[in-house]
Amino acid sequence: MKLTLKVWRQKNNKAAGQFETYNVEANEHMSFLEMMDVLNEQLIEEKKEPVSFEHDCREGICGTCNMVINGQAHGPQKGTTTCQLHMRHFKEGDTITVEPWRATAFPVIKDLVVDRSSFDRIIQAGGFISVNTGQAVDGNAIPIEKDIALKAFDAATCIGCGACVSACPNGSAMLFTSAKVSHLGLLPQGEVEHSRRVLNMVAQMDKEGFGMCSNVGACSAECPKEISLENIARMNREYFKAVLTSDLK
Amino acid sequence: MKLESKIPKGALDTKWNDYKSNVALVAPNNKRKIDVIIVGTGLAGAAAAATLGELGYNVKAFTFHDSPRRAHSIAAQGGINAAKNYQNDGDSIHRLFYDTIKGGDYRSREANVHRLAEVSTQIIDQCVAQGVPFAREYGGLLENRSFGGVQVSRTFYARGQTGQQLLIGAYQALSRQISLGTVTMYNRHEMVDLVVVDGKARGIIARNLLTGKLERFSAHCVVLGTGGYGNVFYLSTNAMSCNVSAAWRSVKKGALMANPCFTQIHPTCIPQSGEYQSKLTLMSESLRNDGRVWVPKSQEDAQAIQKGKKTALDIPDSERDYFLERRYPAFGNLVPRDVASRAAKVECDKGLGVSPTGLAVFLDFSSAIERYGKSEAHSKGMNATKEQIIAMGTKIVEAKYGNLFEMYEKISGENPYVYPMKIYPAVHYTMGGLWVDYNLETNISGLFAMGEANFSDHGANRLGASALMQGLADGYFVLPYTIGSFLSKEISTPTISTNLPEFEQAEKACQERIECLINVKGNQSVESFHRRLGKIMWDYCGMSRTAEGLKKGRQMIRELRAEFYKDVYVPGQSNDYNPELEKAYRVADFLEMGELMMLDALERNESCGGHFREEYQTPEGEAMRDDENYCFVSAWEWDDQNPILHKEDLIFENVELKTRSYK
Repeated sequence: MKLTLKVWRQKNNKAAGQFETYNVEANEHMSFLEMMDVLNEQLIEEKKEPVSFEHDCREGICGTCNMVINGQAHGPQKGTTTCQLHMRHFKEGDTITVEPWRATAFPVIKDLVVDRSSFDRIIQAGGFISVNTGQAVDGNAIPIEKDIALKAFDAATCIGCGACVSACPNGSAMLFTSAKVSHLGLLPQGEVEHSRRVLNMVAQMDKEGFGMCSNVGACSAECPKEISLENIARMNREYFKAVLTSDLK
Repeated sequence: MKLESKIPKGALDTKWNDYKSNVALVAPNNKRKIDVIIVGTGLAGAAAAATLGELGYNVKAFTFHDSPRRAHSIAAQGGINAAKNYQNDGDSIHRLFYDTIKGGDYRSREANVHRLAEVSTQIIDQCVAQGVPFAREYGGLLENRSFGGVQVSRTFYARGQTGQQLLIGAYQALSRQISLGTVTMYNRHEMVDLVVVDGKARGIIARNLLTGKLERFSAHCVVLGTGGYGNVFYLSTNAMSCNVSAAWRSVKKGALMANPCFTQIHPTCIPQSGEYQSKLTLMSESLRNDGRVWVPKSQEDAQAIQKGKKTALDIPDSERDYFLERRYPAFGNLVPRDVASRAAKVECDKGLGVSPTGLAVFLDFSSAIERYGKSEAHSKGMNATKEQIIAMGTKIVEAKYGNLFEMYEKISGENPYVYPMKIYPAVHYTMGGLWVDYNLETNISGLFAMGEANFSDHGANRLGASALMQGLADGYFVLPYTIGSFLSKEISTPTISTNLPEFEQAEKACQERIECLINVKGNQSVESFHRRLGKIMWDYCGMSRTAEGLKKGRQMIRELRAEFYKDVYVPGQSNDYNPELEKAYRVADFLEMGELMMLDALERNESCGGHFREEYQTPEGEAMRDDENYCFVSAWEWDDQNPILHKEDLIFENVELKTRSYK
């Protein structure tokens, strides 16, 4: 299949970027990133600079790849990362635009590569259970209701790719942050430091320059792991509870 | 060179406890003065960095990823073993130890493996405490399933995303230490050389991948948790940036590479669909709990399927050959990976493959769907129709393996609930790695290696769900103790200066090596060389090997290496963000590692585990080990012309060496 690509090129975070147009010959069994590989091989052959993009596992689990394809984070297929999107979802002659995540808190490094270290700092602010190696009790000493465990698991499947932020018109990181707050807060092991966690993580999220949530829902709609909006509601509830009832400041 | 394994004396089951009680400790006030470099933040690296940080050491952790959460441990699907015996099915530490030794075809160290089995139970406790959401029963207790090569259920899991959940647990523990200031995290920093001062590992040269600048980092010791070298094959289930360079740079500084030819080919991967393919995707071994592997009995049916004239559904049960169940009735579809892979290859070589290329077998869930559906109907007291049974059974299979089925459908475009999956073996894991002693210390004093980066626990074949176990065992529970054996002697050593001539020389050599690659300015891309290397490795050092092929393969790699340095084209600059340059220096190291693998495979005149030499097989096609002459670890000292082989004899005091049988 013959395709026209309009790809965002930007030398670094200070330079202005622009779209460049390329023609690529792909086939329907390729993944989107394999199609991008073909483009890069072509550019290297012409001794031009290949397009920088991030990727690693190519199995939809590491959360490294991040492309806005035709205006949608990770492209048109629901619940799918860029690396798992296959060309059979496009047709002969299509023009496809490819851009990096767009958010203040994710500055562009080069072309399609952005800096997502703000996510790490949100986790560092409280996205953990404080237990040193060797301090644990027997695994079966903490029974957890199956449905609660499943809910915590659903929140824990977040891959930290940042699609939620990119999809949000406010550039909010509420889905990402609330997924971690839910994962740990739903479990009895995480309950002890729950108030401290939610307060600190929300404070860090604001400090990083992420926007506010206005209940658009695009984050969940474009999330490759289909993390539910319910998590945001839970975080709001827990945040207010912590603000009103806890002594923590 | 004499290789000292430093295995403590005493009975096998008390060694580790005695060792822990006697190993030299570093007092808290001294820990604060000691710097530790940890390279890699996968399960082993993140776990060790977090634990050493908790203990009070100054840790500097490095990853080439944008975040420690991206390491490839994240992609492990099926589960993690532990000898908890929660299922009351006869499991024990000894049985996990024995299964691992046998599964590894008697080419691993007894003491290391026993220690692994001992700490396995603590890992589960630790992970649960961290909030890892393992699968649970309705009673709220932890659930288990079975993996290949064992007859108990000891695998703990979190759907098909166990690696992800365990890594996130370790990443969170690491993040906590970063916030407390005990660990300094260097993201987007890649180790490009090891710095050795007076015979001790004292630092690394790291390339800042954003600026391209080489930076010097010093410490009292260096720990590598940098994974395996499966990407030497180009096509593998490894992530794209997995590489051997940290380990290989250490080899260039004198570390020994052990058992490089022991590579694991995983039986259940999605087959290659074209030349453009960049990587292969694994379908978890847990699927073999419920999936049945088969090919058509007749070549006519196979050819009809290859040409798309028939599908699996057109072949009646009587015309199917469930070859694993036929050949290995005791373990059936759950034979170890090496055995299952070779069996699939044998069928495809007979022309019975089921994809257009003829390189695939079926993994079929229809029996499981029917079985689960009937059981569900029975429990609900329904007199169900066939359609209802299939619908109910499909739901249960979906609950167990939903994300894997979804992934299969995304890649192949076929619905695996209706049409059986097509699978074929692919490179997955490398049992070989840096030679380490019982302390996980390499032959370079102060250089440690953990997880897949070392060689010690899996012998010639790793059992499923054991990689996660080993990574976390080394990182949480082994290295934090054994590192004391070295660091207790370093408490008076002041902070190491990065202005030492050794740092300067190492940095200069790295700069030259990088400039040399950029300056070739040839005509072929790095990727094209990597593909060609992968093809040579797969053809001559893959699922079955011959002396003749290995000699030829070694020669071909040497020629390819020469061509690489004459004609590779690396675009861009060295002092810039340049992913093509990163690939180039990694492939340069693979081009040497590949040669060493060929040589090791050629020297090992026996078949064991993942290393199958066609010359050494029984009339039934099973592997023929030679314990008399090859019961040793091959530890290689690199030399561009003639690498030197050192041997560590494997001594079995507790397990009787037997022919491995799964019949």
